[in-house]
Amino acid sequence: MDKKTFIDSAMIGDIAAGAAFLGTGGGGDPYIGGLLCREALDRFGPVELMPLSALDDDAAVFIAAGVGAPTVDLEKLMSLDQYDCAVRVLERRVGRKATAIIAAEIGGENATAPIAYAAMRGLPLVDADGMGRAFPSLQMSTFSLAGISCAPVALADEFGNTVMVESQSAEVAEKLVRPVVTAMGASAAISCYAMTGAQAKSAAIPGTISVARTIGEAIGHDTASNKAPVARLIDALESVLLYRRARQVFRGKIVALSRDTTGGFVFGRCEIESPDRQSHAVIQFQNENLVIEIDGAVAVIVPDLITIVDFDTARAIPTEALRYGQRVAVIACCAPPQLCTPAALAVMGPAAFGLTHPYRPFDDSPSTTSKGERNELPTIG
Amino acid sequence: MRIGVDVGGTNTDAVIMEDTRVLAATKRPTSEDISQGIQEAIRAVIDELAVQPSTIDAVMIGTTHFVNAFIQAQGLAPVAAIRMGFPASRSIRPFATWPTHLRDAVMGYDALIEGGFQFDGSPITPLNETSLLEAAREIADKGIREIALTSIFAQVNSEQEERAAEILRDVLPGASVTLSSRVGRHGLLERENAAIMNASLRPLAAKVAAAIGKALADLGITAPFFVSQNDGTLMSSAHLLEMPVLTFASGATNSLRGAYFLSGVGDALVADIGGTTTDVGVLLSGFPRQSSMHVDVGGIRTNFRMPDILSVGLGGGSRVTQSEGGIAIGPTSVGYRLTTEALVFGGSVLTASDLAVAAGTLRLGDPKAVSGLDRALVRRGVDEFHGRLADAIDRMKTGPANLPLLLVGGGAALVGQELPGIPDVIRPDHADVANAVGAAIGQVSGEVDRTYNCGENGRAAAIEDARSRAIRGAIEAGADPSTVTVIEIEDIPLQYLPGGARRIVCRAIGDLAAIRVGNHG
Repeated sequence: MDKKTFIDSAMIGDIAAGAAFLGTGGGGDPYIGGLLCREALDRFGPVELMPLSALDDDAAVFIAAGVGAPTVDLEKLMSLDQYDCAVRVLERRVGRKATAIIAAEIGGENATAPIAYAAMRGLPLVDADGMGRAFPSLQMSTFSLAGISCAPVALADEFGNTVMVESQSAEVAEKLVRPVVTAMGASAAISCYAMTGAQAKSAAIPGTISVARTIGEAIGHDTASNKAPVARLIDALESVLLYRRARQVFRGKIVALSRDTTGGFVFGRCEIESPDRQSHAVIQFQNENLVIEIDGAVAVIVPDLITIVDFDTARAIPTEALRYGQRVAVIACCAPPQLCTPAALAVMGPAAFGLTHPYRPFDDSPSTTSKGERNELPTIG
Repeated sequence: MRIGVDVGGTNTDAVIMEDTRVLAATKRPTSEDISQGIQEAIRAVIDELAVQPSTIDAVMIGTTHFVNAFIQAQGLAPVAAIRMGFPASRSIRPFATWPTHLRDAVMGYDALIEGGFQFDGSPITPLNETSLLEAAREIADKGIREIALTSIFAQVNSEQEERAAEILRDVLPGASVTLSSRVGRHGLLERENAAIMNASLRPLAAKVAAAIGKALADLGITAPFFVSQNDGTLMSSAHLLEMPVLTFASGATNSLRGAYFLSGVGDALVADIGGTTTDVGVLLSGFPRQSSMHVDVGGIRTNFRMPDILSVGLGGGSRVTQSEGGIAIGPTSVGYRLTTEALVFGGSVLTASDLAVAAGTLRLGDPKAVSGLDRALVRRGVDEFHGRLADAIDRMKTGPANLPLLLVGGGAALVGQELPGIPDVIRPDHADVANAVGAAIGQVSGEVDRTYNCGENGRAAAIEDARSRAIRGAIEAGADPSTVTVIEIEDIPLQYLPGGARRIVCRAIGDLAAIRVGNHG
C-alpha cells in the first residue's frame, strides 16, 4: 500500500524557494504566499499531496490562483476567502464540487497559494501543474494544449464580487480577463480550466510540487556532499528528470540593467560580465526571463528555463530585485517535453513572445557545448 | 559654531565645527544613559577650545540608541495597531509576522476596519468611522496611548489615515498617533511594521530627548539640538518625539556624510573600516545611496529608507587564521580588546593590525612583537585583506565608472597598497571621527513616494507634482526655501498596471533655516 505524503508548514520555505527558481524571474515575491501558507497549514492541518496518477478519473479538479500585479498584492494581501470565492462560483457554474486542487503554474506565488487553499478546503493537492514553470498568460498552459477549455473563467475581488468570463478560446479569455482584473484593483483571484481527473492526468505536468521542494531543499540545506549551493541546485535539477539537463550557462557580475513597461508587462534586459571580463551575456525578459545570448549567440531560449541566481546562495533573484553589481550564476534547464512540441511552441515558444530566433533545446546548442565542460551528448535530429 | 556628536555602541565622538573646519574632536566611552556620555564628550571639546557654551549655534546628534532599544525590546510602549482596508488584507493581521518577544513587548491591541485605497487612489471602501470609534473605546479601556494607523495604499492617498488620526485625537485626548504614510513606502506589512515600531518608541524618545536637553542646558548650551535621520538629514528634537524610527540607520549614514564633507567628493564609494567590520556604501551627490530592498530589524520586515550598506567582517581587530585552504581574516574580531590581545600589544592573537604593522603600513604598539613573523605569511595575509576589501567595494559599485574611494574609520590606516579596480583612494583629515562630522553637517529634506495613474502623456505633470511636494516637505522640515534643491527623482513603471501607472520617488534637501551650513564644491 502506498504511503500518503503530506505538506506541512515546515516544508513551505523549501517549496517557495524552489518555486522562485521555477518562476524564472517572474511570479512575484514568495514572502506573502509563504506567510499565507504557513498560517493556513497551522490552522487547518497538513495537506495531502496526491500523485497525479492517483487521481480518480471522475475527480473534480479545480485551480486556485492569483492574477494581476504582484506589486498590488504586496498592499492588498489576497486572502483565502478570495480564492474560495472564485473557486465556489466556478463550482456552481460547472455543477461540480472540487475533490482536488491543482496549481496553475509552479513558478512564484501561484505555486504556494493552492497549498493554502487546499488546506482550507481539506482537499488533496495534486502533485502537478499546468506549466512546469511560470508564464504570463492564461493560454500558455498544458491544460489548454490538451484541449481542456480555459473558460468558464471565474474572477473574484476582495468583496466577493465575481465575474464569469465565457469564451471560445484561452487567448480570448486572456484578453477579456485583463480589463476585469484592472477594475478589481489590478489583483484578483482566478479559477479556470475546471477539469476531471482523467483530463488532468492527460494534460498536467506530473510531480512538480515535489520537484519544487527538492530544488528548495538542495539550495537551502547542505547535505553531506559539501558542494556549493549552485552545484547542489544543478544536481537537484538533473536528479528530478523532468528538466532533463541543467547547467550553469554563465556566471559573473551584472554590469547593465534596463526595465520598461509596455502593454502591461515589464520588458527589459540584464547584461552580465564574466569574472575575467572576456565574455558577456545578455538576458531579455518579459516578466519572466526569455532568452540569454552569450557573446552574441543565443544560448538558451524560452520555453527552456533561464533563472538568475545569487552566486553564493543559489537563491533565485526575481526580475524586480536584480541590481548592478550582483554576483550571479545563470542556470538553465530544458523545458518539460510537453512544452517543446510544435503545438506547444506556437503558444509558448519564442515566436509567442515576439522573438525571431527559432527554438532549439539549449544543450543542443553549439555555443554552450563549445565552452567549459563539454557534454558528450549524441546529436539530436 | 556647531557641535556634532555620534553615539555608537562603544564610543561617543564629538566635534566642534565652524563653517567647514573641524576645530576640536574627541572620543569618549558611551554611557548607559546616553545623555551622560554626550555631555562628557561635548564638555571635552568645549574645554579643549575654551569656548563659551552660549556661542554654540546648534548641536547635531546621531545615535543608534533607538534601533538598539527596539531590537532588545527595552523601554518599548504597548501599541494599538489599526489597519484600514477590510475586506482586503484580512488574511494577515497586524503583528502576525512579529517574533514572540517583540510581540509580547509591543502588541497592545489590533483592529482591521473598513477603508483603504486601490492602487489608483480610489477608495476600496470609505473609512468606517463607527468601527474606528469602537476601536477607540477599546483602546481607551486598555489604557493604551500609542496608536499606529495604516491604510492600504496610504502612500498613494493618505486621506483616510489623516481623517482617522483627527477622529482619534478628538476622542482620545493624550493619545499619540503614527501614520504609516509618514514612515514607510510600498508594501503594506512593511509599512505597518515601521509605523508600529515608531509608535512603540515614542515614549522612550520623549525621555531621551528630555535628558539630552537637560544635559545640554547643564553645560550652558542654549542652542537647539537636532537628530540625524536615516537619509543623512536632520530632524528637530520635537520631530524626534514623533518619528524616532527615522534614526534607525543614522550611524552608517553619518559616516558616509562625514566622508563626503571631509573630502569634498560627492560621488564616491566609502569604506568605513572599524575594529570588527567594514561598512561599504555609495555617495551620490553627497548623499548615501538608499537600499531598494526590504530591511529586517529585529526579525521584522520593514521598508523605510535606509542607506544601502554592505557590512563585511573585516577590521583592525579581525583574527587571522591559517589552514590548508590558505589564510583567512575575520569575521571574528578581538574588538575593543585589541589593545590587550593583539601581538603588538603583548597579546597572543594574530590580528589584521599585526599584519599591517609587520608590513610596515601601520605604526601601532610594539613592532618588535611581529618582526619574527614569516614574511610570506605577512605578504599573503596583507594581500588577502586588500583583496577582500576590494571585493566588497566592487560589489557596491553603481556602474562601470571608476568612482574614487573615500577611506574613513579607525581601521583606514591598515590600507597600505593599491586596491585592484580602484585607482583613486582618498583619505580625508579627521577620518576617525567622520560620523560625528556627518552629524554636524546635516541638512533637512522632504520626500515623496507616490503611485501616479497618469496615462501615457501625464508623466511630466506627475514628475512636476512630485517635485513640488518634495520641496514643500523640505520647507516644512525647516529648510531655508532659497537653498532647497531636488536631489533625486526615481520614476518606476509598475508591472502589469495598464495606463502608464508609475511610482515616482522624489527627494529635496536644503540648509536649516536657523543656520547656513557652508558646503564644499
